[in-house]
Parts: sequence; C-alpha cells; structure tokens
Amino acid sequence: MTEPRIYPFGDSALVCEAPPPATLACQERIWALAQAAGEWAHVVEAVPGMNNLTLVFDPLRADMEALARQLAHAWNRAVAVKAAAREIEIPVRYGGEHGPDLHEVAQHAGLSVEEVVRRHSSAEYVVFFVGFQPGFAYLGGLDDSLHTPRRAVPRLEVPAGSVGIGGAQTGVYPAASPGGWQLIGRTASTLFDPARNPPTLLQSGDRVRFSVVEVAP
Amino acid sequence: MIDVLRAGVLSSVQDSGRAGLRHLGVAQAGVLDTLALEVGNRLVANAPQAAAIEITVGPAAFRFTRATRIAITGAQFAATLDGVPVYTWWSLPVRAGQELVLQGPTRGMRGYLCIRGGIDVLPVLGSRSTDLAARFGGLGGRKLRDGDRLALGVPAAGARSASAVDAPAFGVKAPQWCRFAEVAHEPVRRGKHVAGAERAAVIRVLRGPEYDAFDEAARAAFWSDEWCVTPQSNRMGYRLAGSPLTGTHSGDMLSHAVLPGTIQVPSNGQPIVLMSDAQTTGGYPRVGVVIAADLWKLAQVRLGGAVRFVRSTREEARYALAEQQAYLRQIDAAIAMHEERMQRAAGRAHAA
Repeated sequence: MTEPRIYPFGDSALVCEAPPPATLACQERIWALAQAAGEWAHVVEAVPGMNNLTLVFDPLRADMEALARQLAHAWNRAVAVKAAAREIEIPVRYGGEHGPDLHEVAQHAGLSVEEVVRRHSSAEYVVFFVGFQPGFAYLGGLDDSLHTPRRAVPRLEVPAGSVGIGGAQTGVYPAASPGGWQLIGRTASTLFDPARNPPTLLQSGDRVRFSVVEVAP
Repeated sequence: MIDVLRAGVLSSVQDSGRAGLRHLGVAQAGVLDTLALEVGNRLVANAPQAAAIEITVGPAAFRFTRATRIAITGAQFAATLDGVPVYTWWSLPVRAGQELVLQGPTRGMRGYLCIRGGIDVLPVLGSRSTDLAARFGGLGGRKLRDGDRLALGVPAAGARSASAVDAPAFGVKAPQWCRFAEVAHEPVRRGKHVAGAERAAVIRVLRGPEYDAFDEAARAAFWSDEWCVTPQSNRMGYRLAGSPLTGTHSGDMLSHAVLPGTIQVPSNGQPIVLMSDAQTTGGYPRVGVVIAADLWKLAQVRLGGAVRFVRSTREEARYALAEQQAYLRQIDAAIAMHEERMQRAAGRAHAA
C-alpha cells in the first residue's frame, strides 16, 4: 500500500492520511492503527476519520517527531483489522411521518418506494467511523442508485432515530438536531445512551443491517 | 449545598472535560478557560480539575447553605458577598447563609465559581461536565436555572489551615497580569470590530493543514485582520467576521477529527474557531490551529470583541505551555508559603 501523508495538526495532534480513494480495506487499516496508537505513551486518543486518523497527544510530554515516525512505521506493519465484526440490526419504519423524504428519494432514483426500501434494507453496511455527534455512525455501502443530494434547506430539527441519506452516505441521527439529509425512515433503537457501556450502539468496524418494520404509504 | 438564586444567561457545571471518547462522537465539553479552573481549585484546596460553575457574563447570584470557601476566577466580575465587595482570584471564607452576587464582568467573558469540595454531580462518561448539545452530564445535561440546588463534594482529607473555612482571605496574581500572558506583535491595520470594544486579543496560531490551499489575499487577511467575535459564538465555536477567506482549492474534503482550537473555514469564508463543546469531526478546510496555551485567552474574548491571529511555531507553543505550568507551580508555592505562615502564627498563638 502507498505511503500515507503524516502531518502535524496544531501543537497537540498529528494526522495520518491515507492516499485516496477511501476504501474499506484502507479504513480497516486505519482502525488497526487507531487501536495500536491509542496505547502509545502520551497519546490521549486516536480518532478515525474517513480515510484518516488523528492522534491527539500531550503536547508537553510527547515528542511529535518520534510519534510521526512511529505512525509511519505502524502504518506499514498494520494488519487490516477484519474487526470483531459485530452485526447490528436496526429496525426501521420507512416512509410516512417517519420518512417524509422517501418519495423524493424514490423519485430521484427513478424507483418505486418499495424498491428503495428493498435496496436500503437488503444491503450490509460498515461503520467507517463515528463522529459529528455522539453515536453518529458514518456508514459505507449505500447502493449507488440511492445516492441522493442533501436537501437544499436543512431542517431545523430532525427527530432522534431518523434514518437518512446524504449524498453517498446513509445513517441514523442519534439525537434530535438540525440536519440536511433526506429522511426515509425512523428507528426506535437508542443510538447513544451515556449511561450504557459502551455509550454508543455503533462503533467503527461494526456491520449494520436495516430491517423493515413497516412501509407507510 | 449551594442554591442558584440567579443563573444568568448561561451557567453550567463544568470540570476539565471528557477525554478519550471522540472516536464515539462524544465531545470534550468542560471549562473553556482551563487555567482559571486550575487556579480557582488550587485556591480552595481542591483537585485542580474539580467541577466548578462556569458563569457566562452573568449576572448571577448564589447562596451557600453552609460555611465553606470559594474562589471566583476567570472573568473580572464585580462580586459582592452579602453586599460587601470581594476580589476575584482570591480564596474567600463564606459563612452559612451568605449570598454571592456577580454583576457583569468588567473584563472577560466567563467566570468560574470554585467551591471547596467541588460541585458534586454524578460523573457521566468520566466527567461532571455538562454536554449542552447532547444533553447529559452536569445537572441533568442542561444549563443551570434559578432555584437549582447543587451538592458539594467532601473536601480532600488533610485540610490545610489556610483553606480552613474560617481562615482569612488571600489572593494570587491573575494570569492576565503576568508576563507570560503577553504576546509581542506588530501593529495592525484598522480592524472591523465594534468601536469601543476592548483591544483585540492576540492569539497565537499554527498554520492548519489546508493553510496553503487559500489564496494569497486570504492568507494575508487571516494574519492582518482584526476578527470580530460575532454574537452567534458559543461554547461550540467562536464565529468570526472579517474579510471573507475565499479562494481555497481544497475541494471536497473527507471528514476528519477536529479539536478545540481548530480554525475551520466554511464556504462563506468566515472562520469558526472550535471550542470545548465542538463536534468531534468536520470537513471544512482547516486554515489554522490556536496553540493550546492561548485557548483560555480566546475563551475570555467577549461577543463583539476582536481577535488577531499571530504566527506561532511549535517551539513557541510548547514553551508557552511550559510557562503556564511554571505559573501554576508559582501559585502552588505561594499557597504553600501562606500556609506555612498561618501554621507558624497558629503555633505562636498556642505557645502564648
């Protein structure tokens, strides 16, 4: 695999960025690197992004150059983690009040509503990373035909549990928040609960399937 | 116990924040001015990271149900205890039933009320900090309201006589009056900030990963402008206004982690400096990163105030942090000396 770009990010972080395009194989390597680097001395945390990893360290104690070398070395040795591959099912009520944009997505795709639901719920998704807000998982694996641009005007409040499509991504909003994704359904699953350990339903590397509870007209 | 008589615009329970959970999307939260928290806790003989009340602008008022010791650090509040003016950056004895009133600050944006024993709310995910966006931690995951009542922790064992509840008040030198907080800089071209605002805060910045993706005019403006801190700024980020930083050719960026201090530039060209409550990942070009040692200064810039960015180096960033640590050690030494004097005086009184 080609060399990653490793660069400083402020005085307390380093970024290891893999050459594009972002692939699952590359992301698996990033998870492996995150797992390893999280254990290093003076490293506060290792945060996977899309095709990249940010290493946050204690700026008074860590030696940034040494850490950068260590990162480059570990990247070359990293064996892609085929993750413990937890499989998580997320039951979804598609359409109706739960998925107000389902028709729009169908129209954009030139498919029937039923076919959109079938394709969305038959794919297996992989959590590339979790970010943005607690428990928000960036899922890879959305069927090409379902890629839909974000809404021109974001909604001021998207209900918690909303399942949406934004460009080539699909995902679930863990908490009510503003959002620009097309909403196709909603789940009753709790994506984030600070009292639980771990607090998020989904973690990097998890496999996710959406199951159909109902499809409202 | 402490009664919140008046919570003001935004007061919340905060400690030094959550670490190690960004990979689950959990923000850091925690105080914005970490130096003020560390000093305040030292003044009341708490662990340096104990939870305090962060008071944004005020005015706020509190009543203490039992005798304790407090310190108000951070912003320079006009504070009174039962109507009698008290200093900020002092360790103050408080009697049961006394009321503390904090009027608007004459300088700074956020004050910290540190109380002996610390604010005792249930730690969630390793911290007592309130995550206002995700609504957990602190008191019910929300900002404080009038009429709230907060429990206080049990003071650390081996209480020192200087911090006994009836020991006299004493103070330390606030960081903004210290040499290390000063930054030498060139004079600036006319700023765009509100007339009459405080002088622009000088914030040291390292170039961000996408710095070179901005055109020359944008890069020049970044360093030469006085940036106005707009009223849309909050604990998640400082939204700045000035010359639009456009002309980037960074294209579509893949999501990456962002940290407090990250200066990102959305498509409107107006930079946002991320603060403690910021989301964990983002996708905007990162024009710069505030050095860790200057985050507390930024936290004290008021809405409508101005900031200037000056170029820094990693060596300087590290040195600045080391100086801050040295300042904290001086505070420790000063408190220890004060303690020794108190004990000697007590010994003499006993002998007599």
